[in-house]
Amino acid sequence: MDPRFMWETLGKLVEGVPLLFQLVTVSLAIGFVLAVLVALARLSPLAPLSRAAAGYVFFFRGTPLLVQVFLIYYGLSQFPEIRASFLWPFLRQPYWCAILAFTLNTAAYGSEIIRGGIQSVPWGQIEAGRAAGMSGWLLMRRITLPIALRQALPAYGNEMILMVKATSLASIITLMEVTGIAHKIISETYRAVEVFVVAGSIYLLINFLLTRAVKQVEWWLSPHLRDAPGAAVKEEAALVH
Amino acid sequence: MQQRLIAVVAGLALAATAGAAEAKDWKKVKIATEGAYEPWNFTNAQGKLEGFEVDLANDLCKRMKVECEIVAQDWDGIIPSLTAGKYDVIIAGMSITAKRKEVIDFSVPYAQTPAMLAVLKSSPLAKIPTDKNYDLDKNKAEAEKQVEKLKAALKGKVIGAQVSTTHANFLEAYFKGIVDIRTYKTTEQHDLDLTAGRIDGAYASIGYWKPLLAKPAGKDLVTVGPTFTGGPFGAGVGAGIRKADADLKKMFDGAITAAAKDGTVKKLSMKWFKFDITPEQ
Repeated sequence: MDPRFMWETLGKLVEGVPLLFQLVTVSLAIGFVLAVLVALARLSPLAPLSRAAAGYVFFFRGTPLLVQVFLIYYGLSQFPEIRASFLWPFLRQPYWCAILAFTLNTAAYGSEIIRGGIQSVPWGQIEAGRAAGMSGWLLMRRITLPIALRQALPAYGNEMILMVKATSLASIITLMEVTGIAHKIISETYRAVEVFVVAGSIYLLINFLLTRAVKQVEWWLSPHLRDAPGAAVKEEAALVH
Repeated sequence: MQQRLIAVVAGLALAATAGAAEAKDWKKVKIATEGAYEPWNFTNAQGKLEGFEVDLANDLCKRMKVECEIVAQDWDGIIPSLTAGKYDVIIAGMSITAKRKEVIDFSVPYAQTPAMLAVLKSSPLAKIPTDKNYDLDKNKAEAEKQVEKLKAALKGKVIGAQVSTTHANFLEAYFKGIVDIRTYKTTEQHDLDLTAGRIDGAYASIGYWKPLLAKPAGKDLVTVGPTFTGGPFGAGVGAGIRKADADLKKMFDGAITAAAKDGTVKKLSMKWFKFDITPEQ
């Protein structure tokens, strides 16, 4: 272990962080919207819709992300029809292939998390909403989804962490994010241990910040689980009297 | 001071005798190859390792009277795994370069294959005229003039190479900022992207392109421009051996020299490459 070499390595690896951030944020943002839609489709009373959603989730949860990245990048480009289509300007670029693979993958996992959240909304809350005259989309928007998302947040935070780590697979389709750069430095220096220790620390730090952020959001979203300001004081006062 | 020097010398002598004692122990040698660099070494449809280097390794082992086991190892971890002792020798189309020599030792070269650019037949780059070989060490000025010409032709293009190869290093050294360099885990992957039109060209050795272009998989490809040796491409292809195993290196040096002299290397290279890649002795 050579601290000076590790410091130099850190400087080079950090250059991959912006790409990592882009991959994570873009695929999580699109993936989240898709996940909500898929979860709603999965719970839809329309059988074909529900089955299509279930099939999609089955496929993307049941196959390794590595295989999905390969199939989307190297697989699709094998078809001349695709190379001639309007999609090619996007699929030609490794960046968009990675975004596509990551988005479809995270949406599949996310949809199951959100479905669980929706199904865990207490029946009483929905009944109360119905009693207040809400139904359909309004009920979903005002009552079900907010509660469901709050319930799903801890599990979804997990998925976000997995996504950060999954970006390391982008290096196999020539994208130079942190792991890609790490491989390159190793190929130049053959010092695998030091480089991977630094690369691992970068992921660790990013995920540390991410878990803090998710915790903070959880705290904001659950004021009802905390005591009201001054509550403890009042209780104590009541006991004294 | 003198005492210390004596101690060091004594230590070295001890190490040397230890090494010599070990020399007799080389009955079994574990050889690593990549298994994804046809026709050098590749995994056939039955899942078995095949190729020029597999044949050569078996021949060398027979000459050295040792029992050999050949295993496949991913290219990007092939040197760290050697130094970590997972196997004893690398025979995987590896060029002997100064950078690699800092970490491991090499046998004498058993092959010499210049580097070449391949492009799609339909690409405008296919018009670059083919040229002779230029050595980046022996006639540097002339070779670099050729590089300058290529720079003008390839400006703004996307060029691929396998990661941690002399070809990737060559691109980094001469074309950084001029072309968009993409690095791939295997050569098969840059071929897929080349035929798909994602990249405009790819650098690999002539020993890789020639056989590929003769096959249906390479029917859309053509090699262009001059070929290069020396400089980042090093001094030919050799067997990688740990620095500590000087005795093993000696065994391989002897066997390779003998195999080159009696025409075995030529015979095998005609079988796999259809041309002679025996290095100049």
